[in-house]
Amino acid sequence: MDKEFTKEQNILKASARDFLKKECPTEIMRDMRHNEKGYPDSLWNQMASLGWLGIVIPEQYDGLGGNFIDLAILLESMGEFCCPGPFFSTVVLGGQTIIKAGTEQQKMEILPKISSGEMILTLAVNEYESWWDFDSIAVSAKAEGKEFILNGSKLFVENAHIADYIICVARTGDKNELGKGLTLFLVDPQNPNIKSTKLETLSWDKQYEVIFDNVCVSADSIIGEVGEANDILNHLLDYAAVAKSAEMLGGIQKAFKMSVAYAKERKQFDKPIGSFQAIQHHCANMLIDVDGARFIIYQAARKLAAGEPAGMESAMAKAWVSDASYRVTRLGHQIHSAISFTDEHDMHLYYRNAKTGEIAFGNSDYHLERIAQHLGM
Amino acid sequence: MDLKFTKEQIEFRKEVRDFLEKEIPPRWKELGYIAWEETDESWAITRGWNKKLGKKGWLALTWPKEFGGLGRSHVDQLILDEELSAANTPTGIETNVTIAWVCPTIRLFGTEEQKQKYLPPAARGEINFCLGYSEPNAGSDLASLQTAAIEDGDGFIINGQKVWTSYAHRAEYCWLAARSDPDAPKHKGISMFVVDMKTPGISVRPLINAAGFHSFNEVFFDNVRIPKENLVGEKNRGWYQLAVALDFERSNVGRPAEFKKVIAQLVTYCKETKRNGRLLSDDPTIRKKLAKLALDTEILRLLCYRITWMQTHGEKPNYEASITKVFSSELIDRLYNTGMEILGPHAQLDRGSKWAVFNGLITRSFIVAPSMAMGGGTSEVQRNIIALRGLGLPSK
Repeated sequence: MDKEFTKEQNILKASARDFLKKECPTEIMRDMRHNEKGYPDSLWNQMASLGWLGIVIPEQYDGLGGNFIDLAILLESMGEFCCPGPFFSTVVLGGQTIIKAGTEQQKMEILPKISSGEMILTLAVNEYESWWDFDSIAVSAKAEGKEFILNGSKLFVENAHIADYIICVARTGDKNELGKGLTLFLVDPQNPNIKSTKLETLSWDKQYEVIFDNVCVSADSIIGEVGEANDILNHLLDYAAVAKSAEMLGGIQKAFKMSVAYAKERKQFDKPIGSFQAIQHHCANMLIDVDGARFIIYQAARKLAAGEPAGMESAMAKAWVSDASYRVTRLGHQIHSAISFTDEHDMHLYYRNAKTGEIAFGNSDYHLERIAQHLGM
Repeated sequence: MDLKFTKEQIEFRKEVRDFLEKEIPPRWKELGYIAWEETDESWAITRGWNKKLGKKGWLALTWPKEFGGLGRSHVDQLILDEELSAANTPTGIETNVTIAWVCPTIRLFGTEEQKQKYLPPAARGEINFCLGYSEPNAGSDLASLQTAAIEDGDGFIINGQKVWTSYAHRAEYCWLAARSDPDAPKHKGISMFVVDMKTPGISVRPLINAAGFHSFNEVFFDNVRIPKENLVGEKNRGWYQLAVALDFERSNVGRPAEFKKVIAQLVTYCKETKRNGRLLSDDPTIRKKLAKLALDTEILRLLCYRITWMQTHGEKPNYEASITKVFSSELIDRLYNTGMEILGPHAQLDRGSKWAVFNGLITRSFIVAPSMAMGGGTSEVQRNIIALRGLGLPSK
């Protein structure tokens, strides 16, 4: 049994927190309500120069060559400070897809530009009738000579408005074939046959509907093999679910700490409210949720860092943190009471992010079903 | 915490598993008792089993060799606990109390003579301690206990009553908390004693519990004279020692392995059982319930591993132990209540009945389950500890 982090990882954690504390006050998330782009350039550029955008990119592609634990550490800090922007869609979703399934040429073109902050990516998976269920994906790609024609509509595509590439999951095979027939395409969002519509979201992150209307893409833009995207998608689901869980952990830890501090300082009936057992028990329940989340998330993270199968572990991590995040931020509201139900208070930011995170990559219902399958049912 | 086991630890697990497979008495499996101290027969099996473990040095695995242990690591202890829990061995709470709670406290606070007197026979499985804590008017508010221990010449005279004393009718010794200074503030007048249960003046009366077993007792002390050397640690500092012993009590790290096994049994049952035209395992509600239990059990396992991890690194679990205690007791409730829901009408059927599932295991465990969130401090008390000691919230 070893400690959670290495010495280097502890340094990374401390420096990430110091940086975000200074450069990413929660005012930035608030400002995103009325900001079209979704993040300040200065923040993104600094993250690039710190090497964060290449944290898990191999060194030969100008990255830092870190592992999943390093990534989780950064995400945890970003969750703590409600850091907005295309880090997740670019580094976690786009970067991992290219690293895992891209051709050498795609890697050489894209990965160094992710590291340097010059390229923003996103992944288009979900649809109106499809939510992390790959067999129900309907967007189609029909082969025509050496090209493919994409048709259909994707939903909840992050940062489609600023992405240099959308990685689109489309059906190239028969729709009745389960567990296969999907292909990944690198698509330029500037294509005139693509129409993106901004969605108004709970956490003011930038999500889009992306409609493909006879979009022609070349065979060069395929990532991996035609019809063989299911394996990479299953891996991406585990990877992204745990990465999102780490980000959520940072958020609930902060909401929890704020609440305990407030319970010590706020007085009613001439006593700190933290002296009342009703409040004490809320705080104890929050601690159990947060500790449980930390342990189960880093258990999955360690598996992913070692390149081992992590289906059960990632499903458990995301199922737990999805429910725990709601419980913790809801109790955070309760302990603060009216003061936290104001725009200027941060609790609602954490409450919002908890729910947005819960929805991303499947909520607890979704992952409990995956656990049931792993149990052999 | 990285929870990877070494090659030696994996081998040790296999050694334990092989031993348990071969050695658990067949009669024990037949009895299927969950109250080991109920009958003379089951108690005899338990005692024999404990001696067998003692002979291998496994009863007190982590203790130094001079006290009858093997000086093994906390991780080995965790592995052993997990395997013992999963295998439903005849070992019961008497071993936890004696080996994991009372004796470690004696080791911390006792004299050399006391350690030599109690630890080696305990490690051999020859003696057991029962716990003289609760009284009719001292439950959650344990520090208000009134059983008196008055210094008198070369001894103490004990007077008073204890209650909920499990297997007091079987144990050789009582680990007793008594008031040695009636004038001091309530936390500062308590001392800890070892009392031989055969001492004149002690009477034990059975209290039949809600599951119909004789496990609890009332223990009465009527001018019980004990020698001075039976005081453990400093006089009037007993509350502190009691708190240490209670932290040991709240760290039962093997439990999740038992839950995991029950869940696996339920999964198998659901895959084999049809109700209303479909397999139970095809019912989304049941799938979700079992998945949730598996998830909660995994969380508990990790919370328990933290305890072992802390011990391995020389840290003393404190509120962390209360976290495992509260989570574990409440999970037991959910586990067996969910089990009852899944069994449907068969949930009513007890051991020995035609159509009873798992020989009534779920049904009996369901009856016993609420007691887990009471003994060793209620869940409410655990949450107070987490808030006060763990989070530093003010007590007033």
